[in-house]
Amino acid sequence: MSGRDTVTLNINGAALQASAAASDTLLTVIRDQLLLTGAKRGCNQGVCGACTVLSDSQPVRSCLSLALDCDDKRIETIEGLSNDPAMQTLQHAFIAAGAFQCGFCTPGMLVAAFALLTSNQRPSEIDIRRALSGNLCRCTGYKKIVEAVLGAAEALAWKVVA
Amino acid sequence: MSKTADFGVGKSAPQIEAQEKVCGSAQFIADLYRPNMLFGAVLQSPHAHARILNYDLSQALAMTGVRAIVTGDDLQESWRMGAFIKDEHALAKGKLRYVGEPVAAVAADTEAIARAAAAAINVTYEELPAALSPEAALSPGAAVIHEEAAEYLKVFEAGTKGNLCSRTSFREGDIERGWRDSDLIFEARYQTQPQAHVSLEPCGALAEMDANGRVTLWSANQSVFRVQANVSESLGMPMSRLRCLTPRIGAGFGNKMEPHIQPITVLLAMKAKRPVKLILSREQDFEMVRARHPFEIRIKTGVKRDGTLIAREVDVLLDGGAFADDSPGVLGYALLMSCGPYRIPHAYCHGRLAYTNKIRFGAFRGFGVPQVTFAGETQIDEIADALGLDPIDFRLKNLKREGDCWLGGQPIASNGLADCLEKVRKASGWNGERRLPKAGESRRALGVSCSAHISGLLSTGAIVRLLEDGTVLLNTGSVDIGQGSNTVLSQICAEALSIPLDRVSIASPDTDGSPYNWGTTASRVTYMTGTSVVGAAAEVERKIKDHAAEILECAPADLELIPGGLVAVKGIPHRHVSFAAVSGRAHWAAGGPIIGSHSWVFDQKTVDPKRASVVGLPFPQIGAFVFNATVADVEIDETTGKCRVDRAWSACDVGRAINPQMVEGQIEGAFVQGLGFALFEEMVWNGAQIANPTLMDYKIPTFMEAPSELHAIIVESNDPRGPYGAKSVGEIGINSVAAAITNAVNASLAVRLRRLPLTPQRVLEAMLESARR
Repeated sequence: MSGRDTVTLNINGAALQASAAASDTLLTVIRDQLLLTGAKRGCNQGVCGACTVLSDSQPVRSCLSLALDCDDKRIETIEGLSNDPAMQTLQHAFIAAGAFQCGFCTPGMLVAAFALLTSNQRPSEIDIRRALSGNLCRCTGYKKIVEAVLGAAEALAWKVVA
Repeated sequence: MSKTADFGVGKSAPQIEAQEKVCGSAQFIADLYRPNMLFGAVLQSPHAHARILNYDLSQALAMTGVRAIVTGDDLQESWRMGAFIKDEHALAKGKLRYVGEPVAAVAADTEAIARAAAAAINVTYEELPAALSPEAALSPGAAVIHEEAAEYLKVFEAGTKGNLCSRTSFREGDIERGWRDSDLIFEARYQTQPQAHVSLEPCGALAEMDANGRVTLWSANQSVFRVQANVSESLGMPMSRLRCLTPRIGAGFGNKMEPHIQPITVLLAMKAKRPVKLILSREQDFEMVRARHPFEIRIKTGVKRDGTLIAREVDVLLDGGAFADDSPGVLGYALLMSCGPYRIPHAYCHGRLAYTNKIRFGAFRGFGVPQVTFAGETQIDEIADALGLDPIDFRLKNLKREGDCWLGGQPIASNGLADCLEKVRKASGWNGERRLPKAGESRRALGVSCSAHISGLLSTGAIVRLLEDGTVLLNTGSVDIGQGSNTVLSQICAEALSIPLDRVSIASPDTDGSPYNWGTTASRVTYMTGTSVVGAAAEVERKIKDHAAEILECAPADLELIPGGLVAVKGIPHRHVSFAAVSGRAHWAAGGPIIGSHSWVFDQKTVDPKRASVVGLPFPQIGAFVFNATVADVEIDETTGKCRVDRAWSACDVGRAINPQMVEGQIEGAFVQGLGFALFEEMVWNGAQIANPTLMDYKIPTFMEAPSELHAIIVESNDPRGPYGAKSVGEIGINSVAAAITNAVNASLAVRLRRLPLTPQRVLEAMLESARR
């Protein structure tokens, strides 16, 4: 087996040490070593979006990022983002709209939606569909997810005004 | 009263697991870890059909970190599993029967070591000729896939012979007379493709053996009891030595109902004497679990000139793949549903199921009905067009009604299909002209389809316990695969006992502690388990009243439950006692803890022998019918042939919506899964190998392909037997989708497309053919 290196990752605001082989992905390290299992391995190929995390505030596929390359990045996962009021608004909107069934895609979906609302406070329906089109859901048919993100955007805009 | 008092039956309670699902703390099988746990990996078959001559494990066993390797040599010949035909070992023994089949498995310190060791196993094979299609498999001289097929244990009369796995037929009326009585006869062949489930969560399992040799098994599943049965059969273990549990499930759609790699994982854990977790990669999930059957369908339908359906013959040929799995059930059920929801006095529906050297095909949402509905409902449109009748009027004229019998003879207790059709007609603005105005280079048209499904099958149970403080613990053994059954069953329990939803907790299914439940499959949980919850709660209510009668010094019949966990003298609400007081008395003074239980088996006969003659039916008692009507507005790009469903309406008669938002979610999700089946999803083989076992190459609908307008319409016929009138919703919404979309395309192009999926190439070719005419 190839050698392993120690890497310090900035995850959810904490410096966490992990050991990683050159080929280990960020997803493998955060799940198997740091036990942050909110990011899911749906395809391990960058297609399904279930492993989405934020890297320097940008949504990335943690199954396509090599852990050793992430030592200079600020990584945020669903576990850390759940403390953010905007994420909580999204989470409430997902619950109210019934925007998930099995919930396997949900953490990745929420992280992608959070990134969208960070860059676009009042997305249209088609903005939402485009921004989330790399996140697959096999349960819902997507309608209630679109409604949830629209609802969250409205609630957040109202909060800004208030 | 608590704030959740309003979440009884008919209210859209959020999923009770909502918080954990949005915070990323919901634990699916891959999220479980045990002390000293090893990781598993599987070696897959490189051949479609081959004899295993020898395993050389020396190189793999010499690798650092390898703890156990299992092969077919660890299994006894008689250890075979199977829902209908016991034809399958935990992993290949003696022979390989498809590319991708598990041949051996490794447990090692890390996943990477396990994979490397699996690749280092050397197996010597003798290749055999393969049969890669049902036609080839049933041809004279074809290679025999199961030499011992005739001797396998079967749970029904299958008629197995050579590569013919099973055959089924239904006869009702007199088909020859039917043809004579018909003015017009329509006949055509239809083909449907294999579809992959693509639950976002790949299959996986985690097994652990204790010092006494008893095994605990967690896995991605749709029934802890089917997991227990399959592992027990395939490893020669008594069921009592095996405890099966469930984490959260990342959806199923049929994929996780019967076994995947649970038996292999248990075998590894027993050999390594350490916990083993084995999670399939997405590719392996495509290659070794199961998929929707491709169907070859021939339908012949006779009709009077006035639009009365007279006769139908259906002939289907199914590719079952290498093992029977649920295929005999799919064949029998598809035929049972193949005349559609129509009065057709003369019917002859028959079909065959072939073993082939492919992955097993099995249960997938709709269970064969999307396939026969595609054929039957596109033909119904063709007949309506030929007779100059509006397709909705033609359907309404021929519908079975309440009190009519289904094919085979079972009476229909409730039927809201006419209402479904009228609702989609109105909502879609259907006015008889199916072609809609062209928009630029796009043609548009509406298409309609009807379908039916069932809600009742096999057995189930529920236990309701009143805890010391008067709160309630519900235990059903029904696995929530994401659709929300934990919430719905809790709502039923809360309603039955007039308590707020948050006073009911639901136990996680556990073969040690839960009452039997056949499975979260066949759209059956709300109807079957819901009925048991009502029954168990009624027993608790009786016992509560017995205690309260003693406390309040009155007769039990004079008492009633009042909201909030109280029991009071009828009409005198202040003369009450709380459930807590009653339960305290039961626990500490008299009678013992209050426990209610109920179990039952669906007992309506599918076949009335005075009405129909049926051969090879694997489900003698299946029913409680639900109905759907779907309209799709499909846009066709004239340049590329690409179809897009812009708007859709799906009305489902679900009996009663226990949780309307969840019912909508099922209808919407089913529509979009059906849209993928209709337009582009297709597993493709390159010779014996699946050519597209990745999400790069096998596309499922994204946000962009889903309709911009998707209207789920709930119709409530209030079934007299269902819990609070409820029937089912899990599958009904998918059955019509491909037919409705195809009928729209056919109306647009004035052609008849008879093969799925409707790829741009096929649509373009049809458009050119139509222009040539």
